Formats: sequence, C-alpha cells, structure tokens
Amino acid sequence: MVLGLLGLAVFVVPLAGLLARVPWARLPALLGGDVVTDALRLSAVTSLAAVAISAVLGIPLAWLLARVEFPGKRVVRAVVMLPLVLPPVVGGSALLFALGRRGLVGEALGDATGLVLPFSTLGVVVAATFVAMPFLVLTVEGGLRSMDRRFEGAAATLGAGRWTVLRRVTLPMVAPSLVAGVVLTWARAFGEFGATITFAGNLQGRTQTLPLAVFVALETDRDTAVAISLVMVAVSLIVLAALRDRWWGAR
Amino acid sequence: MTAGLDARFTLRRSEAFRVDVALQIPPGVTVALLGPNGAGKSTVVAALAGLLPVDEGRVVLDGTVLDDPAAGTLVPPELRRVGVVFQDYLLFPHLSVLENVCFGLRSRGAPKDRAAAAGAEWLDRVGLGGMAARRPGDLSGGQAQRVALARALAAEPGLLLLDEPLAALDVSTRSGLRRALAEHLEAFGGPRLFITHDPAEAFLLADEIHVLEDGAVTQAGTADDIRFRPRTPYAADLAGFNLFRGTAAGATVDVGPHALAVADDRHRGPVLVTIQPVAVAVHLAQPTGSPRNTWATVVERVEDLGSRIRLQMGAPLPLAAEVTRAAMTEMGLEPGRRVWVAVKATEVGVEPGTGEG
Repeated sequence: MVLGLLGLAVFVVPLAGLLARVPWARLPALLGGDVVTDALRLSAVTSLAAVAISAVLGIPLAWLLARVEFPGKRVVRAVVMLPLVLPPVVGGSALLFALGRRGLVGEALGDATGLVLPFSTLGVVVAATFVAMPFLVLTVEGGLRSMDRRFEGAAATLGAGRWTVLRRVTLPMVAPSLVAGVVLTWARAFGEFGATITFAGNLQGRTQTLPLAVFVALETDRDTAVAISLVMVAVSLIVLAALRDRWWGAR
Repeated sequence: MTAGLDARFTLRRSEAFRVDVALQIPPGVTVALLGPNGAGKSTVVAALAGLLPVDEGRVVLDGTVLDDPAAGTLVPPELRRVGVVFQDYLLFPHLSVLENVCFGLRSRGAPKDRAAAAGAEWLDRVGLGGMAARRPGDLSGGQAQRVALARALAAEPGLLLLDEPLAALDVSTRSGLRRALAEHLEAFGGPRLFITHDPAEAFLLADEIHVLEDGAVTQAGTADDIRFRPRTPYAADLAGFNLFRGTAAGATVDVGPHALAVADDRHRGPVLVTIQPVAVAVHLAQPTGSPRNTWATVVERVEDLGSRIRLQMGAPLPLAAEVTRAAMTEMGLEPGRRVWVAVKATEVGVEPGTGEG
C-alpha cells in the first residue's frame, strides 16, 4: 500500500512541480512568442508526417512479419525493435553516419537528388520516424497475428480478391491495433528529442521542435520552458482521453 | 459439359492423415457428408472452396476445371463462385448485417445501390428484413445462421457448401431452422453439399448421403441404403436411428401399419417421424402406465454394440431399440422372442416433409 502510493508519487510529483511553477498570468504572452509558435507548428507537422510515413511503410512491414515466412525473420524483428531500446542519441548518431553529407547513403542521395537530410526539417521527420515506427509495426503485427484468418478465407469465397480482402476485412478487423499503434507512434514522435538534436540539430523554425525548445528555454527563460511543457502535457492528455473513448467505443 | 459438381481428389493434411473423396452432385441435389468429428469433413469444404489446394485429382464445377494439380490448374477462391456457410458463420463483425449480405456482390463490382437492393431482398427472404442495420454481434445464433446463408446465396454461387450449419444452435431452435434451411436449399438450383455429424440432419435434408470416416468415404447412398445396409460400425450405429414416413393428423401420425401418438400436434400431412433407439422401452408383458404407444412385436435381430445391445424389431413397425446387456440377459432377449415395446408420445420427433429433398 505504502509502496503503491510511493509509486503513484513518482508520476504525480513531477506534474505537480510543473503545475506549481506555471506563470498563469503571463501564459498567453509566453505561448504567443514566435519561438513557441514555430516549435509548435514544427512539432505538429513533423510528428504527423512521421506517423504518415510509419503507416505507409510500417503496415506492409507488419504484414510481412505477421504473414510471410522467410529466413532470418527473427533477425528482422530484432532490428525493427532496436530503436525501442536504443538510446535516441545513439540512433541519431547512426542516422548521421548513414544519411549525413558524408554518410553511407547520404552522400549518394545528395549527389543524386541534392537532398540533404541532416539539419533540415525533413531530417526531423526521419529521426522521429526512426524512433517511433517500431510502435506501429509491433502493434499492427500483434493485431494481424491475433486476427482469425478464416474471415479472410470467407471473404475470398465471396469473390473478394487480395486487395479487397485487405481493404474491407483485414484492415478494418485490425483497426483497434492500428489506432493504438498510430497514437503510440505519434506520442513517441511528438516527444522525440535525442535523435532529433543529434541528427537534425536545433534551428528555430526548421528543426527546433517543442521538446528542443523546452530544453533551450530551460537555460535562458524558465517561464517559457514551463509554458511549453504545459502545452505538451495538455496535448498528451487530450490524445490519451480521445484514445480512451475510442477504446471504450470499440468494446 | 456436365452440369453440377464432379470432384475426385486426395488431400494430405499430414503424414498420417489424408482425405480422399469422390463426389458427383447434379444441380438441384443435396448431398450430405456425414461423419464423426475429425473425419476430414471441413477439409472437403476448404478444398472445394479453393481455400486448400488438393494434392491429386480434379474438381470440376459446371464443366469448368477448378483444381487439377496434374494440369497445373488452380482457380483461386474468389473466382470460383462457390458459396460457403461456415460452421461458426464468420460474419464480418465490423460490417452491418446488410453489408455482410451485400459483400459478395460488392466484391464482384456491383454498384452499391444495386447490391444493397439485392441484399435487402435476401434479408427479407430469410425473414430478417428488419435487421439490416444491426451488427452481427447483436444477432442470435439462428439469425446469424440465416444471415450467413443469405450472404452465401446473394453472391450467386454455382455450388453451395454448408459446414455444420445447425451445429452451433441450441436444440429448441434447431428444428425450426432445419425446416427453413430445407426450403432455402430447395430454392437454390445448384448442387448443394451439406456437412454434418448428426444423422437426423443428414436423413432429413439430403437426397444422398456419403459417410466419411477417417478421411475416406466408407459408404454412399440414400438414407435407407445406409440405415438398412450399413457397411461399417459407424454406419451401423447410424442405422439404429428410427426414421419413418407418415401422415400427421394433429396428435397422431399414421406410419402405415401403426398410428403413433405424438406430443407435437402442430402438423398435418406428410411428415417424417424420428425416435431415438434409447427412447424405446422393451417389456415382456403388456406395459401399463403413461406411455401412449405400446404394441406387441418380435425381436428380429440382436446386435452387440459393446456397452449396449441393439434390438431390431419386426412387424408391425421395423423399430430399433437399445437396452443394456443386463436387461438382455434378464429378459432372455434373442431373435424370435415376443416382446412389447413402449414409446412415450414426447419421445416421438415430427418433422414436416418427405425426406426426399
């Protein structure tokens, strides 16, 4: 009981500390500053872009892992899971070595298309996708595995080809996993810090997302840091509440 | 070109288990595949539907080769036009009842409104017109079965497969739904294959019965062929199932030499009467008391079923009864022995129809 309450305190105390420091009167002015609005806009755009890329690439990857037998599958799954346990700074460094100006792929990419990822907004998206996509792949894979595949057979006997089965039966039936995966992925991308600052740097309006803005503000202007943190807490709570409703609705 | 289904194939499920069947079903004929659990019945459904490729042999429907491994032909399920009512129905839980029924037409590219109109018509036909907007999760077992049937038929199949369509239903609704099912089967003009482990369903719904045991068809023929000339112990067990054609007049059913009192007095006209062998009591003297149906007869044959003894009675009604070994010894039951039989009116099952599809 005491330990349980202590456990709860681990979560409550930091939140309370944050709320106690909020300069309520100056809040609108602080949040209206262009550092904050730039970061908010950038965070929204990059986290949603990371979710979109994760969905487009992650759903097929989840499908491969759940449905196709191939040699080395365990290794592939381990590689997919790696960003979950890897320190983000290490992930960011790895991205830099691979996609940087002199990187393994980055040099060829730059020569071929003129595209330079490090220290660009696109780089922020890449970093966020790298750390967040595993959440989508793993939840969707779990959904695909636990789904009763006989429904797909039933759809086929009714004349549905592979795409129709995927679109009208498989994806709708794993929708709860898909929604959970998208939300987790988005939350991870929204909060991403280490890989972003390593790979994309910290340029206001281009690569400075909300977490980076908080970090900088802590050094210079504590009130702004608190205000931004409050925004992030609020957004996270709203998403959590929405997800909860969604889960209740599905039951 | 031969109309109907012509299938003859082998399918290996494992080293030890293979399914080997030959089925010819003309249009308008219902064949029952009757067998114990694990005999390979659902494998046959999967093979015909194209969900499992066969290892050897050929499957031909209305002159079109669907599966022929020797020739390298394998038509995928979505192009086969084989309608399936699955054992637990497999209605899509995320779609409404109407969307489920329209699924086949929509998959084949029918415009939404035309598919919806056809689906609604099918729902009316199975008596569920008011349920279109419901989700499958809100349906009773019997309603789900009718939706599954409507969904399969709305896709305009050339062959209809039913995998234990009544097994998931409780006993009280089963008889009514069996009757409805018989009507819908009748209305579908193509070949029909009906999978069951329940001899009553096979005898009542099918024109022809194939007995499947351990992956192989051990006997094929009409209900009477199997009942009176069983070729395996399993078929012999089915043989004990008492089935008589008769004419109902409310509380009595005339079965030829005898009029049986029945508790189910709703029927008039041609009916099928079923009596479980264990429901037949055997006495040495005329019994008194509640049984409404008693008559004198003679033991014609005695079969040892292990724990039970099956007695086949002679005139006036070829009735099978089951007794314990102790009872047989005690009463000295042997061929030629004169006995009285008694059947309670509540133990006599009555089904409308002639049993000839």
